[in-house]
Amino acid sequence: MNGGFHIVVCGSIVPDPLQTLAPIEGPTGPALKNELMLPAVLDPWAGHALYEAANLAKNVPDSKVWLVSLGPKAKLQQLMMSIAQKVSFELVVLDGPAGGFTDPCEVAAALAGGINGIAGLDRSRLLLFGGCSSASRDAGVTMQMVAEQLGIGDQFLGVDELTIQADGSMKLLERIEGGQYQVSTCTGAPAMLAWATGNLPEPPNNPQIGMMNMRTVMPALQKAQPAPVGAAGVSYLGVELPKQRRETRIVKDLSVDEVAREIVEWLKG
Amino acid sequence: MDSSSSENRGTELMSTLPGDDVRQIMWRFAERYEVQMVVQSARSLARGVVARLVAEGARNTHEWNDKKGQLLKGFDELGLTSVFMDPEEGGFIAGPKNLVLALMAFELSWVDGGAATCSLASNLALSPIHEKGTPEQRLTYMSRCVPPLPGEDRKIWRGAFALTEPLPYVGVDTGILSGRMRVAEWEEGQEPLLQVEKRGRFITNMGFANFVTAAVDSDDPRIKGSAMVILEEDDPGVFDRGATTLKLVHQLSSTSDPILSLKVPASRIIGGYTIKDGVIIPNCNHGDVIESVFRRTRVPVAVMSSAKLLSAIEPVIRYQRTRFRGGSASSAGSPRYDLGLQQKEDALQRLVDVWAAGEAGAALGFAAARLFDEFDPIEREKDKLLIERGITGSRAQMKMFKEVEKSALEFVALEHQPAAERDMARYQELAADTLVQYLVKESQANVLCPACKLWNTGHGATMMREAVSLMGGYGITEDCPGFLTQKWTDAQLEATYEGPEAVQRRQLSITMTNELFLAQFRLWIKDLYAIATQRPGTGANALANAMELWLWTLEFLQKSKDAEGKALYHSQRHGVVFPFADALCWLLASRQQILDLLELEEKGPENPVVASGLAGFVNFFSDLCHVQAARSAGEAGRICAELVYGYQRDLAAINADDTEFAALRHKADVSMAGARLFKDRAAAAVSKVMIPEALDYPI
Repeated sequence: MNGGFHIVVCGSIVPDPLQTLAPIEGPTGPALKNELMLPAVLDPWAGHALYEAANLAKNVPDSKVWLVSLGPKAKLQQLMMSIAQKVSFELVVLDGPAGGFTDPCEVAAALAGGINGIAGLDRSRLLLFGGCSSASRDAGVTMQMVAEQLGIGDQFLGVDELTIQADGSMKLLERIEGGQYQVSTCTGAPAMLAWATGNLPEPPNNPQIGMMNMRTVMPALQKAQPAPVGAAGVSYLGVELPKQRRETRIVKDLSVDEVAREIVEWLKG
Repeated sequence: MDSSSSENRGTELMSTLPGDDVRQIMWRFAERYEVQMVVQSARSLARGVVARLVAEGARNTHEWNDKKGQLLKGFDELGLTSVFMDPEEGGFIAGPKNLVLALMAFELSWVDGGAATCSLASNLALSPIHEKGTPEQRLTYMSRCVPPLPGEDRKIWRGAFALTEPLPYVGVDTGILSGRMRVAEWEEGQEPLLQVEKRGRFITNMGFANFVTAAVDSDDPRIKGSAMVILEEDDPGVFDRGATTLKLVHQLSSTSDPILSLKVPASRIIGGYTIKDGVIIPNCNHGDVIESVFRRTRVPVAVMSSAKLLSAIEPVIRYQRTRFRGGSASSAGSPRYDLGLQQKEDALQRLVDVWAAGEAGAALGFAAARLFDEFDPIEREKDKLLIERGITGSRAQMKMFKEVEKSALEFVALEHQPAAERDMARYQELAADTLVQYLVKESQANVLCPACKLWNTGHGATMMREAVSLMGGYGITEDCPGFLTQKWTDAQLEATYEGPEAVQRRQLSITMTNELFLAQFRLWIKDLYAIATQRPGTGANALANAMELWLWTLEFLQKSKDAEGKALYHSQRHGVVFPFADALCWLLASRQQILDLLELEEKGPENPVVASGLAGFVNFFSDLCHVQAARSAGEAGRICAELVYGYQRDLAAINADDTEFAALRHKADVSMAGARLFKDRAAAAVSKVMIPEALDYPI
């Protein structure tokens, strides 16, 4: 491989998890009550992927990051006021629904189409990043489908760590059952990595980065291509929120060890 | 507005709390992405570091410490420190920054007012240099206060602004100074060295400031008048940070009473100096500097108090709704369980009052900030012009502006004429005249600034107490969600610092009678009547009637005498002019609230996110406008009545005036028709609006 990686991150918005989410029957099928008006955040899993991508690009010279987002462009624009301050990337916008009542296959096709349209993207250097899951009614299959449509055979799911080794190969840790990792080695790009949480904290906002990103973000939003994805042929029998169990206590005078011990005891049942 | 949309507006309730898209339109920064980014940064700091500090009890100490120091690190890392600077000084926003600083203060104050003050205080220290400093002073100190860029090895400088002095003078009169400067050394052909003595009190940022901009007076016949001087911590002499002020509020800002006795070069006089006949003459006296500074920095303080009112809404709704959950008295699905205290009219309507006051204050504060953004470049251009024309000295300027005022009045009249009817050539000529534009904007700024500082903080503190009361006993606990008691008590300081309420009332009592302002005020009344016709339901009619009443009362007060033959309207007659200034503030806040609503109604459809819930938002904000307009009309009417009748023993003395006043008062009163019905509808919206599951910052 010549030069660094071309990292394409697939990620979009989900309603802020603190918001009240109430399923309703909309004119075109199930929807969330007031979804368009609720504040949105970057899907947390996609966020991990984006921060890992930016970190990798920083450490491997001549690398570049694109963020491909499928969602309502007005909502994406709001999100960019925060996300675009955190890491450097070039935005590709597909203007369509971001709700979870869409078929992953249609979503994957739209994302693959968007990626295929990126000018200057070198497929031989391509690392396709995304979340292994989503906070928006997760099917957990979208990234694999995008990879298949792009002809990427090396796929890694639930990735928590990527190390570029001295010979240029990639060492990856994937989550498997029992809190363990599967360690894999891949000779290099192209590959698809569907990230779990990774190891990086959310970068703080930096308006200087934001101002740099805005030079490309706003034009990208203006030339967003419509992507009317849905769930053709699917009929929903019912939609309901998962049962919640929230037992919140506010504790201010316990040490970290004591809190941890209590949680372990609770987990043991 | 077509009938279908009108009908739709008549029934649709607001479904969610107003988000960023709505606020960006109302407060006019939808097109300013750099400002939106600063808002997000300030919010992330406020609801992260700041909220944790408050929740962990950092407010329980007066002293500045490392824990509180996280704030400064946060300001630096998130770019908030650099917001005040221009790009050539290391900042990232070009042009005036009044609106962005107000928004930043709004976001920080949403969680803690002290954190906002801490952020603003460095800018306050820099403001004298920014406004009146020489180009060298500006570049030096603004650049030093920018956080180091990657690869740079230097410390970041932080400043403190030292005006107020120890008792008995503290805060009494900015014209009285005990701080002194005298010539320490002055060798032939060399720059003079000054010995500066300054004892400060209530000086913010003193715990960590590297430099102080201090107001001092001459104590030497070789120096003329007063000045502001830059003092650095490494200057020879005493730079004692002094005893920590034992504030009960705003503990996330560092405040102490410094003792400064330092020898500095005369080049530290802000704005520079000239030497005439062996005397150092500062180019700007301290009064000029602080007038220019305060009229800008007071606006973010005003906005801070309004942010608190608006921040109280969500926690109060959550408290009210969940009040009866968890006990045996209500079961899931019952109205008592779902609505809690919101079953009761009083709980809802009082919250509507808090909300309406917060909206009106924010509207007024942000309008003032935007006005200063327009005013700043005009003022700089005016300063340049006066220098070019050799017009120096306040008397010469007053004489010249007296002439310009006629043109300014002509411009105001032309501007309010329909475009097709106005003399376009003359209008364009006056629109391009810097001095005319300066006078027009200044006449507004001189009223809006003290009005928002006075009303937002003073009435805001009262309404913040109301918000606390809506949380019952929980409201006065340390872990009350939203830190409401802290916000209430903090508001008292906001009403006090940077010019207490009496100072604002004093300024208003002079500026609100400016003929150019009054000419605009009269046209605003006309506009409001037009709004009332085209867009009923906003309270514009009640407000216009109350403004007419106020205007009539002003003329009455200016021409009338009391029962003992003393003139009623006199700048020293505070019993008349101060409450009358209060009345004006109510009216101005309410007017601006209506203008924000109209902006949302006009621009909302352009944003698909806002458009989807626009009818509900417009309904709700219209109702709040109406509630506030009725309250404002009531307050103004009460004050005017007290002033018109309160100084007469015999009504016969004002018989003809009485009839006229009574008619105007009656007109204002009856125009409140329906206001309570709008309040009912606003209350219904509050009982149904969707709120998040939990507050987005810790408690």
